Amino acid sequence: MHRLKVVHNPTTMMNTILDNSLVPPLAAPVAASMELVCPAGSLPALKAAVDNGADCVYLGFRDATNARNFAGLNFDEAAIAAGIRYAHERGRKVFVALNTYPQAAKAELWQRAIDRAAHSGVDAVILADPGMMAYAVKHQPQLRLHLSVQGSATNYEALDFYYQHFGIARAVLPRVLSLTQVEQVLEKTPVEIEVFGFGSLCVMVEGRCALSSYVTGEAPNTNGVCSPPKAVRWVETPQGRESRLNGVLIDRYATGENAGYPTLCKGRFDVGDEHNYYAIEEPTSLNTLSLLPELMRIGVRAIKIEGRQRSPAYVAQVTKVWREAIDSCRANPQLYAAKPAWMSSLDKVAEGQQHTLGAYHRPWK
Amino acid sequence: MTNTQPKMMRLALGPLLYYWPRDDVLAFYEAVAQSPADIVYLGEAVCSRRHEVRLNDWLDIATALRDAGKEVVLSTQVLIESGADVTVLHKITANGQFMVEANDMGAVHCLEGKVPFVAGPHLNIYNVPTLQWMAALGIKRWVMPLEMGRDDLALLLAGCPPGVQTEVFAYGRMPLAFSARCFTARHRNLPKDDCQFSCIDYPDGLLMRTRESEEFLVLNGIQTQSARVHNLLPELPAMRDMGVDVVRISPQSRQTVRIVELFQAVIQGQMGVIEASTELAALMPEKACNGYWYGQPGLEQVAATPEQV
Repeated sequence: MHRLKVVHNPTTMMNTILDNSLVPPLAAPVAASMELVCPAGSLPALKAAVDNGADCVYLGFRDATNARNFAGLNFDEAAIAAGIRYAHERGRKVFVALNTYPQAAKAELWQRAIDRAAHSGVDAVILADPGMMAYAVKHQPQLRLHLSVQGSATNYEALDFYYQHFGIARAVLPRVLSLTQVEQVLEKTPVEIEVFGFGSLCVMVEGRCALSSYVTGEAPNTNGVCSPPKAVRWVETPQGRESRLNGVLIDRYATGENAGYPTLCKGRFDVGDEHNYYAIEEPTSLNTLSLLPELMRIGVRAIKIEGRQRSPAYVAQVTKVWREAIDSCRANPQLYAAKPAWMSSLDKVAEGQQHTLGAYHRPWK
Repeated sequence: MTNTQPKMMRLALGPLLYYWPRDDVLAFYEAVAQSPADIVYLGEAVCSRRHEVRLNDWLDIATALRDAGKEVVLSTQVLIESGADVTVLHKITANGQFMVEANDMGAVHCLEGKVPFVAGPHLNIYNVPTLQWMAALGIKRWVMPLEMGRDDLALLLAGCPPGVQTEVFAYGRMPLAFSARCFTARHRNLPKDDCQFSCIDYPDGLLMRTRESEEFLVLNGIQTQSARVHNLLPELPAMRDMGVDVVRISPQSRQTVRIVELFQAVIQGQMGVIEASTELAALMPEKACNGYWYGQPGLEQVAATPEQV
């Protein structure tokens, strides 16, 4: 069921990557099949992704059915139709994320979203909930299904579960596996594997984290949000500027310190006699540019860029760098190296202005 | 009158989530054998590096508890990462003697269609279509997600297929999140692969406070728990009336058996909710919370409704 690689339309590509995008696929058959999957929180972001070389764009409806359910973000019917037209005219794909868990009182909202996605002509839906998958298989059997990272599938048995029951074509792996572990999974599954390449880093297993609802009542699984803006308060105090989430002190910044968004696992806390440290995780972004040859070698099918909540400028910047990197690596994996210019331009838009290899690099754990 | 009475709820002791010295674990389960717990979940559900009690030891404990009249269930690890983790998973799901609580879909896949199993609290069963679909795979019981409140639970109970039991996490610090990273090792400035098994020094986890000294979360290796103790003891009559079959108590290092006894006394009507709650409050490592049950943030404590007192 693998679809052929979409050939980039040179008229929409940046000059810098024209040459690489024309390398014949046969030169490196495995590498040639890696897709760049970019986020779109709005129509301008979708266009930025497409114009800068995304193979696929993923987006969500304007409600709790997707995991970036923020005010002012996401797509209504008109925008999704325009977005799909824009992408398809240029040979790119559109995925719709319906990757929260339907809540008991309104499960039909989620089922309707599957129907809406199918009727709009998207190339795949990204799902996490088995009930949703069963509905899609029964009512929209032509829909291509991707298992969301929120499905928490970290091993081949779990992937096989979704593959056998629902015929999922692809799965997005949680950001918890080392490179070796990703390779072990790939060796044993017929499912295409998509991994996160860049963006804000969830330190917890996606789909297995209720920290946000513990503090605010709303979380990714249930509401499609983490540390929601409506629960955030900034307070100026004699000790410094405080960020609070539903009243809980997440961080306190000294004068001149950069204040970050109070994602609750990225605050500074006290444990034992160690005070004021990032007990769980620093504000940082995942950046796997340097691992690209390895990810291609082991057969990763797609790289996902995080950030549907980010601006079109972010999407353009990150997509452009990753397009160039993937094409460079595909053309000559032996000589590939992540260019300092790429890294610095990504660091500028990274959370905390710094990056990590995360779990791919074992010592991080 | 008696045949209109709701059935008696049963008490389950959840899997031990902390890392205790071997002798402490063995002594704990000897005491549990004498306790009123009806069901005991066993096994290492958090971290594959923990080795004080190995799978064969867990099977010995399981046999002893079964001989003491308990329903024994083996819990699988929530986060399965490595090939070695999958090997252990296969051993548990193919044990042939004891029912298994599946804590990820890989475990479900190993059990479905073969033996009845328990769908654990981390499988994200939030709605009726998913519960019914999972039930068809052969689940004997499902455990409500921690985040779910009583209103949604009522909807799921109404749609729960006959013969499938419903279990609610009713007491203990809540396992809220799992990570590839070990936060206990991080606190000690150790890499996870050389963690020196630091968890063993924290029999109820490692308390994390905000910078204004509010008890917030508990670090338990790769797991993050609530600092506050989720306590639904006052809700036992409501849960019985709703049709909940099993309530789960999560082990803590002290007084777990007494806590089981208090829940049992309320279930059997030997003790009132107020009396039991008063004694229970003194046994908690931190103050109580029940927000999730009322559809509020989990850390909140919603006052008892008039009909409970």
